[in-house]
Amino acid sequence: MKELLQVQGLTKTFRLSAKQQKLEKTKEKVRTAVNNLSFTANEGEIFGLLGPNGAGKTTTLRMLATLIRPDSGDAILDGASVVKEPDKVRGKIGFLTSELKLEEFFTPNYLFDFFSTLHGVPPQVRQQRREVLFARFGIDRFAEVKVADLSTGMKQKVSLVVSIVHDPDIIIFDEPTNGLDVLTARVVTDFLQELRDQGKTIIVSTHIFSLVEKLCDRVGIIIDGRMVCCDTLEGVRQGKSLEDRFFDIYRETVGDVE
Amino acid sequence: MKSNGIVAIMRKELARFFGDKRMVVSILLPGVLIYVMYSFMGQAMGSLYGVEEDYVPTVQVVNLPESVSALVEASGGVNLLETEVSAVEDAKAAVAEQGLDLLAVFPTDFDQAVAAYDPTSGGAAPNVEIYYNAASTASQSTYMMFTSLLDAYEAQLANKFDINAGGDTYNLASEKDTAGTYFASLMPLLLMIFLYSGCVAVAPESIAGEKERGTIATMLITPIRRGDIAVGKILALAVVALLSGASSAVGTVLSLPKLMGAASDELSANIYGAQDYLLLAAVILSTVLLLVTLISILSTFAKTVKEAQTYVMPLMILVMVLGVTAMFGGGAKTELWYYLIPLYNSVQCMVGVFSFSTVTTGVAAALAANAVYTVLGVFVLTRMFNNEKIIFSR
Repeated sequence: MKELLQVQGLTKTFRLSAKQQKLEKTKEKVRTAVNNLSFTANEGEIFGLLGPNGAGKTTTLRMLATLIRPDSGDAILDGASVVKEPDKVRGKIGFLTSELKLEEFFTPNYLFDFFSTLHGVPPQVRQQRREVLFARFGIDRFAEVKVADLSTGMKQKVSLVVSIVHDPDIIIFDEPTNGLDVLTARVVTDFLQELRDQGKTIIVSTHIFSLVEKLCDRVGIIIDGRMVCCDTLEGVRQGKSLEDRFFDIYRETVGDVE
Repeated sequence: MKSNGIVAIMRKELARFFGDKRMVVSILLPGVLIYVMYSFMGQAMGSLYGVEEDYVPTVQVVNLPESVSALVEASGGVNLLETEVSAVEDAKAAVAEQGLDLLAVFPTDFDQAVAAYDPTSGGAAPNVEIYYNAASTASQSTYMMFTSLLDAYEAQLANKFDINAGGDTYNLASEKDTAGTYFASLMPLLLMIFLYSGCVAVAPESIAGEKERGTIATMLITPIRRGDIAVGKILALAVVALLSGASSAVGTVLSLPKLMGAASDELSANIYGAQDYLLLAAVILSTVLLLVTLISILSTFAKTVKEAQTYVMPLMILVMVLGVTAMFGGGAKTELWYYLIPLYNSVQCMVGVFSFSTVTTGVAAALAANAVYTVLGVFVLTRMFNNEKIIFSR
């Protein structure tokens, strides 16, 4: 099995504004969102980043997607460094998060073409992939409807399809089922498993235990920007349910849950 | 791949603007508004100071002298009524209530008094009292007509010498020069404002708007180079801004005759040749590219479209002030360094073209300087697109 992703000591800090300092009753000027984080992910597996809100999951994924630069450390995605070759990394990954929006004025068809062009997908391949993906998610009937007029679920599906127009080997998915209705969530998780079976590497972040238990081959637990535990799902659980095990670990590192 | 990205971004931006009817309307609306407003203003001003051509004013005169009677008769179109001195108060009231257009009270034996009057004696000259009502357009214009009639009569009585009485053309400025001076003082300001408003109508929407809606990040995770996004956006925005500016310009040109009334007969844009227009087009194009780049940079700092529109306000004031400098006249500057100052050089080039005093090296320097500034701006914009603190600021 090939290690397609190596994360080596990623660190990211943010400056706290005076207002935030007051709000959080703290004197520290700099907040470390991600603290010397390392992990690896293999080809053909789903890796889950599990942690409470504010633990640094999204920041980590945004660094992997080259949207923000790490203060120190690096991540190598299929041989390309996010620090030194961000352009190369962008060609290899598909990144999906709720903060990336599609221009509502355009139709799914137009956006598929537009992003295919940006990714340099040749027209013939593009046509083929469009047919397959649109049919898979039932977008074909809405292909010429402006995104603004689509339902929330359909918008999410279009976002997902647009993020993988170039058939990337690594897919990074921030909170894949957040805000989705049960039906759409099911379609998405099924699709992620399908992609894994095709040999893709998938990184998801979530705070939902059941999602990790259902999907992930390996799990990393992040608390306060630190990777406190990283192993196969079985290795992390140690015979318990993931939820129970998570709170054990939480108590060991932070103390009692208030 | 390299140029593909620029083309893709350009096509997307243009599709965004021209696919949306509301956007098209907002781009073309300024021209229509200017046309309607200027035409209306022209008409309003015309009717404010003019009366209908076939209107016959009624004038009451006390002690009407024969000389004046003959003059009025000759000019015609006035309903002259002789009145007694006792009716003066009633007549004044009628003028005040706008029932009567004018009341003229001559001294008795006016003609003899005028003939006997010696200006060197130092005594008071015979005095004519003319009552009118400035609130009534008809009364006001009758007053003007009547006084100028009397002025002419007075000048005729004391004719010692004439000025320009021959049939010769005395104003030696060619029609071309007159029109050129006029256009050179007004057009640079108008053009700069139109170009600026064209840019401001589209650039904040395209850049700050995409930031605000979170759609720019979606583009930033694709392998397309940041520079391609910057160039593609600037080119597309320049096209739309030019169209919007053209709409305003067409609206102005079409409504100018209506605004200026008879004076516009002497002004014709026909005095400019193809070469002048070509030069102007080059200046406009380079100005728009620079303006769009500047406004794009300001918009990138903003979190929302509204904020962007606030940031560009100082630029608008600057553009207007620079446009006004064209009104100081004196033709285009000849010193080369003036043409290196961004935006001011555009005004100078326009002044040169309109007043036929183009400094060729100056225009060349301005075009080159603007190109350099634009490229620098694109570079800055690219850096900004790469800066997570700016592009993801919330």
